[in-house]
Amino acid sequence: MSILVDENTRLLVQGITGKEGQFHTRQCVEYGTTVVAGVTPGKGGQHMDSIPVFNTVEQARRETDANVSMIFVPPAFAADAIMESVFAGIEVVVAITEGIPVLDMMKVYHVVKAGSSHLIGPNCPGIISPGKCKVGIMPGPIHREGIVGVVSRSGTLTYEVVDQLTKNGVGQSTCLGIGGDPVIGTNFIDALKLFEADPDTRGIVMVGEIGGSAEEDAAEFIVREVSKPVIGFVAGLTAPPGRRMGHAGAIISGSSGTAQAKIEAMEKAGITVVRNLGELGKTAAEVFSV
Amino acid sequence: MNIHEYQAKELFKKFDIPIPRGRVAFNLKEAKEIAEELAVLPVVVKAQIHAGGRGKGGGVKLAASLEEAAKVAGEILGMTLVTHQTGPEGKKVGKILIEEGLDIDKELYLGVVPDRATASLVFMASEAGGMDIEEVAASTPEKIIKQQVRPGEGLQPFQGRALAYGLNLEPEVVKQFIPVVAKLYNLFMKHDCSLVEINPLVITRDKKLVALDAKINFDDNALYRQQEIEDYRDLTEEEALEVEASKYNLNYIKLDGNIGNMVNGAGLAMATMDIIKLAGAEPANFLDVGGGASAEMVENGFRIILSDKNVRGVLINIFGGILRCDILARGVVEAANKVGIQVPVVIRMEGTNVEEGRRILDESGLALQVAADVWDAASKVATIAKSA
Repeated sequence: MSILVDENTRLLVQGITGKEGQFHTRQCVEYGTTVVAGVTPGKGGQHMDSIPVFNTVEQARRETDANVSMIFVPPAFAADAIMESVFAGIEVVVAITEGIPVLDMMKVYHVVKAGSSHLIGPNCPGIISPGKCKVGIMPGPIHREGIVGVVSRSGTLTYEVVDQLTKNGVGQSTCLGIGGDPVIGTNFIDALKLFEADPDTRGIVMVGEIGGSAEEDAAEFIVREVSKPVIGFVAGLTAPPGRRMGHAGAIISGSSGTAQAKIEAMEKAGITVVRNLGELGKTAAEVFSV
Repeated sequence: MNIHEYQAKELFKKFDIPIPRGRVAFNLKEAKEIAEELAVLPVVVKAQIHAGGRGKGGGVKLAASLEEAAKVAGEILGMTLVTHQTGPEGKKVGKILIEEGLDIDKELYLGVVPDRATASLVFMASEAGGMDIEEVAASTPEKIIKQQVRPGEGLQPFQGRALAYGLNLEPEVVKQFIPVVAKLYNLFMKHDCSLVEINPLVITRDKKLVALDAKINFDDNALYRQQEIEDYRDLTEEEALEVEASKYNLNYIKLDGNIGNMVNGAGLAMATMDIIKLAGAEPANFLDVGGGASAEMVENGFRIILSDKNVRGVLINIFGGILRCDILARGVVEAANKVGIQVPVVIRMEGTNVEEGRRILDESGLALQVAADVWDAASKVATIAKSA
């Protein structure tokens, strides 16, 4: 098994006719994902390769039974695109877009939570259940089907982690990037709950970074609710305070949000925290005894 | 994005939040004119830099006469102000705010910040104004009153009342305080702020509520729809190399070490800085060239990194994935040749066609060391740092 996306995923791509949308849609199709529709307002009736394009998500869902959407819409219009998918009843909405204003996301967040959709991101690489389905911009071939769930706030750092896991014989059930923004649809705890409930996930790798308190909150949750072994990594030990380190959410404010505090909280919760990124794959192979 | 206190007060004025009378001066002549114009004593002279702790650093002074005002204005203008937020090198003061001095009875704190976990805005108010709010929160958390506001629903009138009555304000001050809360909320929403802070918000002896200080930060992601705010940007307050990098859409932050590094993706970039340190060297910067890492970005990245004269070696860490390493390698070689690199460079790359990419680097004739993995790369670059 896996979480959120699998062989039953019927993907819709919002912003499918843009450069990024086209490129990554093709990559997803190549990986084996069933892409059933695209949405670009004003381009309804056209096709991207052989995929039908619709003007609205509602129409696309009605005609193609799409149940997951992936969003490549530019930041100024992305909050609206997320809302459109939520109101159309799409089950899992994956927002790749980087740069959405935080006040827009605060409004979207409560709409999502009031409904039944699951939002991943924004500002994330997406989600992949290796061997089944890829909904995102991550490189497919570095993944390998297996028993470890990966959840991360980062993009390329997740690829680095997954690549090491695969090279050390540790396959993955599902890998998801939850995004580098301050306000995101799925947090560590949401992902941990899903991995804990998934019988085929036997262990979890959690990749955090400076800013906010999501790692500390997750550590507390793990003590209470997670029975599976967890390995952790936190980026940003050398990051200066008060500076936004690329991701909008990666900033140490005053004395809160430091990597050191996160690592301590995670270790206190019994998580195996890896200090040397180069040893993550090897440590995972030992902890998950594959 | 940060702005100066005088700019934040301009915004306060637009939103009808009471501020002391005063104006900004860029030279001594203007400062004297403003002090005379105010026609009250004492006057306050405040250094305008993008950093807190100005008072403790000697950047805020009271003057009891016009002569004294001219004297302290002369001292502060052009001084290098060192505070806990500027770093030891300090910041040169090029602007000063001249304001009327107020007869203060009480100092309050009022601020608005986003709360990530609840996706809402949090108003914080405290009777312990004038102090570092983080310290208040740590030592006497009961002195901070909070109200959570969801931007979709907006600020409710009862929330303003809850803050006002929570501060034990006198009735005539309550009447002034509640509208200030609403105006602060409007300002925050209208201009995509990421922080608004009035510390202190003072009550004068004649029971007037006035924002004595003003601090506003803005959400960089929203600047595309905040032209008016973007015009407030003061490039002299920013690190020159960072301004240069932003022209190329590069995310660069200068640090104090001597190992330059160039990475695709922010998380991996931070992790690369960390592993450089773990291997025994000090990172000279944070540089994210973006997930895609095009040849042009790499070339611009080289230029920025090498403009920092402390740099003794460079580590390039690109996890391409979809990106083809042969193309990336050609880009690196081309950029290295164009820029003329004088320091050793260690490259670690991963992705499609990685073997071909490594061959191109090996055969380039450049002094490039190709690393097998991220720890190998960090170790190689640490060796360079030690021999430098």
